[in-house]
Amino acid sequence: MQQKNLNINVDYLTRVEGHGDIVINVKEGKLEKCELQVIEAPRFFEAMLRGRSIFEAQHITSRICGICSTGHSLASIKASEDAAGFTPTQQTVLLRKLLLHYETLDSHLLHAAFLVAPDALGVPSVLPLLTTHKALVLMVLGMKKDYSDLCDILAGRHTHPITVCPRGFTKLPTKKELQKTKDILTQHVAKLNKIVDLFTTLKLPNFERATEYVALTHPEEYAFLDGNITTTDMRDSVIHPHDYKEVIHEFHVAHSTSKHSKNKRDSYMVGALARININFNKLNKQAKSVASALNFKTPSYNPYMNTIAQVIESAHCLYDAIAIVDHFLKIGINYDEVVSSWPKVDEWPTFKCKARKGVGAVEVPRGILIHEYTINERGIIKNANCCIPTNQNLANIDLDMKKLVPEVLDKSKEEITLLAEMLVRAYDPCISCSCHMLDVKFIE
Amino acid sequence: MSQSKNKKVRIALFDFADCEGCQLQVTYLNDQLVGLLEHCEIVNFREAISERSDDYDIALVEGSITRKHDEERVKKIRENAKILIAYGSCACIGGVNGLRKKFTQEEAKDIVYKGREFPIDVGEPRPVHEVVKVDYFIYGCPTNNEETIKALKSILIGKGYTPPRYPVCVECKLKENVCLFEKGQVCLGPVTRGGCGAWCTSYGNTCYGCRGLLDKPAQEGQMDILKKNGYTLEELKQKFETYNLCRMMGEQNATEKS
Repeated sequence: MQQKNLNINVDYLTRVEGHGDIVINVKEGKLEKCELQVIEAPRFFEAMLRGRSIFEAQHITSRICGICSTGHSLASIKASEDAAGFTPTQQTVLLRKLLLHYETLDSHLLHAAFLVAPDALGVPSVLPLLTTHKALVLMVLGMKKDYSDLCDILAGRHTHPITVCPRGFTKLPTKKELQKTKDILTQHVAKLNKIVDLFTTLKLPNFERATEYVALTHPEEYAFLDGNITTTDMRDSVIHPHDYKEVIHEFHVAHSTSKHSKNKRDSYMVGALARININFNKLNKQAKSVASALNFKTPSYNPYMNTIAQVIESAHCLYDAIAIVDHFLKIGINYDEVVSSWPKVDEWPTFKCKARKGVGAVEVPRGILIHEYTINERGIIKNANCCIPTNQNLANIDLDMKKLVPEVLDKSKEEITLLAEMLVRAYDPCISCSCHMLDVKFIE
Repeated sequence: MSQSKNKKVRIALFDFADCEGCQLQVTYLNDQLVGLLEHCEIVNFREAISERSDDYDIALVEGSITRKHDEERVKKIRENAKILIAYGSCACIGGVNGLRKKFTQEEAKDIVYKGREFPIDVGEPRPVHEVVKVDYFIYGCPTNNEETIKALKSILIGKGYTPPRYPVCVECKLKENVCLFEKGQVCLGPVTRGGCGAWCTSYGNTCYGCRGLLDKPAQEGQMDILKKNGYTLEELKQKFETYNLCRMMGEQNATEKS
């Protein structure tokens, strides 16, 4: 098999968000080319933000990606608030955490059950599972519908949330809605256990390549909404989000309309596996017991295990979401905190804020997301930069493939294609995001 | 549309430059989707399934058309489809993609690809109907599932679909919301096509005009109201531009030509 010739072109990789192709060329047993080509049409969001107000930045940037719109909304709001000098209340922070948990749960479950499980069960999509695993598929569909309903309650809708904005929420849930939220989340405990059971039986490929893992970290909690940046190579030191460029070095490659990133090595990884490798000890006890049920141990250098890390995080998010809702059921919501999305007309003509740079760093389902805005005293964005999790993973995906393909060259073309597709899918790439956020330097 | 008894209508979804959020709405249809699947089958849905087919009756096209090869792709889709539906605001009116038009292609290239070596087609964001014939429009950013189901049912039984021609205000009043202008906020509801059920305003935010300006918007009246509320001309223009820049620049070009 050493003299093998192989030419794999997966056009329009399916079951990922966005447009990407996988290209693998092997000539006489030697790997000549192996890359994930990103072919998504660029949309120039960072340019679009130029001259726009921080009070509409959330609305505009949530449109970068339908699937990740909550994550973009929160990073955008945090960058806006950081720049303008607004401090959100404790209630606002907790409700934002709750909303981010919904997004993480919805995204992780979709990825694990519908996008990854079919590969592990040897079928092309979730549709055949409707026959073989009907109850489970319907259950997950129901859970997705629930997260959609929960987002409706808290944010008006899931895709492009309405109520979240700088300074707070434009509408707050009623007590009845909180009780409904509690009931739905409580039912999800048993449902999530069934998904955990499924993953105890699924076999994911054995493959390892140690890399640097990058994530937010927080001394008191498993970091999602707040924290400083750290990496497995930095050991115990952290850097403030303002200094993100000390770790995230972006560069261009010819085969992708998205930027790539690296730190001191040739690539690094972000996402559930990176977070869990860094912050495992901060997981709640329920998530830790899921980890032990799935026989998951850190550090894990197998990128296919990213999906397992997502299942473990789902448990963490679910129980933390229940705790947040319990908190508000106990102390009640302060409805005086409702804000308007823009300053009202009496404050608008004279509105002034700090004129400076602000950074919002948030752990979204696929990894660390950064929005950075430089604004003037009217809150108008002069310069914007966004670092997208999928972009940060692209270099790592390429290097994983380059290690993987020579290791499995004795397999059939179909098997190699599947393993490569599964590898890319394990990262849960969001190519819409990655490409819509090309680095834009404004012409001054 | 007519169909033989046993053959289901084949629906295909395609995406171009956009966030794929409107496709995502389809996955939230749930029970309604199951009902719809009694009469149709989805044969192309890259975000959710691996199977692909070029044999379909209805094409739901999401996103704006930007580059040359996207143009060719949508033309092929038009050839294959009996009915082509522009699905979502990027497809119907260009949506937020239009904001790219503030830069020329050359500027955009310089801005984005400074220091990059290989040539790339920047493209010009356009609504689908500027490239191929569109049979029906389902507006919204994102689309609203109630309207999508209503439109699809109506199209499936051969009645076609006409989107609302009244402003968001009509639906906002029916929801008994206090008018945002009364509360000291400004809103694009009065000049924006309805059909969303006053989604944003019912959740305390303002209307950003995602379904596009009405065919005959009271633009000047709206500008007067906003001016009274302390907005500068530049700020007002920006509010209109968020979703309507493709159309505004098209109309500007048409005026210049005539």
